[in-house]
Amino acid sequence: MSGKNAWMLSLTVPVMVVMLMMFSGTRSVVAKDQPVATGVDVKIDNFVFGPQTVTIPVGATVTWTNHDDIPHTSVSTDGVFKSKVMDTDEKFSYTFTKTGTYSYFCSIHPKMTGTVVVK
Amino acid sequence: MRKKKQDLIDQNLHDLNDDGVDRRGFLKCMAWAGTGLVWTMSGGIPVSRAFAKGFGKSAGKGADFTFVQISDSHIGFSKPANPDVTATLQTAIDKINAMPHKPDFIIHTGDLSQLSKPSEFDTLDQVLKGASAKQIYFVPGEHDMLSDNGEQFLQRYGKGTRGSGWYSFDHKGVHFIGLVNVANLKAGGMGSLGHAQLEWLEDDLHGRSASTPIVVFAHIPLWTIYPDWGWGTDDSEQALSYVKRFGSVTVLNGHIHQIMQKVEGKVSFHTAMSTAFPQPAPGTAPSAGPMKVPADQLSKVLGITDVNYVVSGRSLAVVDSPLEK
Repeated sequence: MSGKNAWMLSLTVPVMVVMLMMFSGTRSVVAKDQPVATGVDVKIDNFVFGPQTVTIPVGATVTWTNHDDIPHTSVSTDGVFKSKVMDTDEKFSYTFTKTGTYSYFCSIHPKMTGTVVVK
Repeated sequence: MRKKKQDLIDQNLHDLNDDGVDRRGFLKCMAWAGTGLVWTMSGGIPVSRAFAKGFGKSAGKGADFTFVQISDSHIGFSKPANPDVTATLQTAIDKINAMPHKPDFIIHTGDLSQLSKPSEFDTLDQVLKGASAKQIYFVPGEHDMLSDNGEQFLQRYGKGTRGSGWYSFDHKGVHFIGLVNVANLKAGGMGSLGHAQLEWLEDDLHGRSASTPIVVFAHIPLWTIYPDWGWGTDDSEQALSYVKRFGSVTVLNGHIHQIMQKVEGKVSFHTAMSTAFPQPAPGTAPSAGPMKVPADQLSKVLGITDVNYVVSGRSLAVVDSPLEK
């Protein structure tokens, strides 16, 4: 290893150690440093949930909005959440408090499916 | 519009030929006059009949009884595709009432309401009260299941039915079966009949003479028209296997808001127009759903279906008629 590289390594390691110490533990630190919204929107358009898969942190809220001229629902396949019927421009929100992968579909038009990944 | 329909007819004819109808004759569709399509299956030898402007004049003649299918009234819908679905339903009823032969009854193949609201069902009942035929049979569509899994629908229209609302009845020698394929739908799937209903169906048909004409009606098509849009029923194969042995089977469906027909052996499938709004032909739009047409065209793409039954010929003539020619 050249002298320059060795010098950089000796600087990097402690910086990394400090950073690790900073990032371990409290969740609030993670939220501040990673710009993830606490609310995510899913649009329902032409019988499609868009985006079809969303990834969110625990505690975030997903809001579905129906833009179709026909009503839709958002129903978890595992019985975790179940929206009322959303007519045009109506919304449904659900706050995910546990990690996991949540498959859901429209109970009126079951070909419409989506996933919420909660990390 | 006419070319598209001709394409569809040609496609159906092609499919029919591929199915290899194992009897003499073939289905010849004559003169799509824009007012109605008539074809009858009579004892295995298809007979077709052009049906011109005189709707109702030739229909009914020689028929032992007739009934009318209406579908997808979607009472409560109020969007550009049709801001007044109650008015177009009324037009449909007026048309039925103007028929020279009074139908024995009406079958509504579902999506009575838009959102399963009591007020929507009330309005529907109000309009239907004015129909010349007082006996009306219903099966629910997915839009009728939106409150408590169809509890509202069952309370109003489900007397004497089982499970999610299936039942059968006999009329002048014809056995009618109302099936429900819009309950307990599974993610990623299409229509679904479910085990309990299939068991009931097998039992209901057990022991019946194969010469009994059968009419099956359900909301979502019982054959696969377009899976991407959910236009089919996942477990209909099993149901159809129970009716296969009968000499004449007619399947009447709704849900897709356009006419599609198919013949497979002795089973004839038919979907009806809606009285509320049309939907696009499979794959011709980003999705299914209400399709806007010019206002002066709306009445031409909504309609009713008149079914004529002739006992001696074991035939059922299915005649679609738009609200306005």
